[in-house]
Amino acid sequence: MLSKKVKARIFFLALSIISAVIIIFAILKSLEENVVYFLSPTEIYNKANISFNKKIRVGGLVKMNSIKKNETSINFIITDLKKEIIVSYRGLVPNLFSEGKGVVAEGKLKDKKYFVADKILSKHDENYMPPEVNRALKKNNN
Amino acid sequence: MFKKIFPNKILSLTNTKINILVALLIIIVTIGLVYSLLISPRDYIQGDSVRIMYVHVPSSFIALGCFGFIGVASICNLIFKIKLMSLLTKSLAPIGCIFSLISIVTGSFWGKPTWGVWWVWDARLTSMAILFLFYIAYILTWKFIDNFEKANKISSLIGIIGLFNLPVIKYSVDWWNTLHQSSSITLTSAPKIHFSMLVPLIIMFFGMIIYSLIIFLMKYKTEVMKFKLSKKKNYK
Repeated sequence: MLSKKVKARIFFLALSIISAVIIIFAILKSLEENVVYFLSPTEIYNKANISFNKKIRVGGLVKMNSIKKNETSINFIITDLKKEIIVSYRGLVPNLFSEGKGVVAEGKLKDKKYFVADKILSKHDENYMPPEVNRALKKNNN
Repeated sequence: MFKKIFPNKILSLTNTKINILVALLIIIVTIGLVYSLLISPRDYIQGDSVRIMYVHVPSSFIALGCFGFIGVASICNLIFKIKLMSLLTKSLAPIGCIFSLISIVTGSFWGKPTWGVWWVWDARLTSMAILFLFYIAYILTWKFIDNFEKANKISSLIGIIGLFNLPVIKYSVDWWNTLHQSSSITLTSAPKIHFSMLVPLIIMFFGMIIYSLIIFLMKYKTEVMKFKLSKKKNYK
């Protein structure tokens, strides 16, 4: 069987591992605001004291038929299918930026419904498929 | 096969056996590369940059797997003081290190055309970078601490601390909002990768596993030989 020394080491290691898990959990929990890369429109809506001067990121889907381009700027709506935020942006958008797809906008809130972005990132989801399959799926949905 | 892992048996690993594995590696990787770069279809949004995934995903998996083994072996090592464990983990570390670097670099190459940036500090990318740093720290303790016992203890501690990072990497995309997409292949549901893209991914995965195995066996043999030599020297 296990010797006394080995048992002591197991006990010591188990104890330190358990305490480490608790400590790490506590750290991550308290840092949650920094760990989260972006907020959804609902989270912004629900947040009581949100800063309008600090840079934040808003993420969600680009609402269908919401992209409006004019000469200098582009406006669109980010939705999480519950709440929406209007985003205004000047500059180049990534190639994959399109309606119905994921997006993360970095910038400042004017108010809880209006966001001025200075950087747009497109987010890709976990679905991978050839174009023909996508077309077939769309056909079936319509 | 498994018995060969023990220090005295690994020395019987000849070049012929390695060459058989290398031949197998070349065959699988050739099939995998032709399939993933030429035969498999483009993605409906990403276009051709989806092909980066066939290298990126297996590398990340191996990087995580190697550290998982290092962590568990480090626990056994500290409790039962088995020298074999430290030789095993020592040989695995460079493999995991290089694959975590490959994962980060290929991920960057994919991120630029897809997201629009090379790098962001979201939870998945940051925790992966931390894993890479853990590998570096682990390797450096063996490089710079000459005393075997001391290096063994410190590197085992690094291995155990780094073990906590693994679930954070794996579940970061589920726990928090990240720019990185969540897993396409999970144990519980059907893969969200189309079959024509899943097959080359699996072939590439096996190719990289075999590559890691070859490097591991060669490195492990060297480590065992080095260990035996240093023991002889100490007796004199």
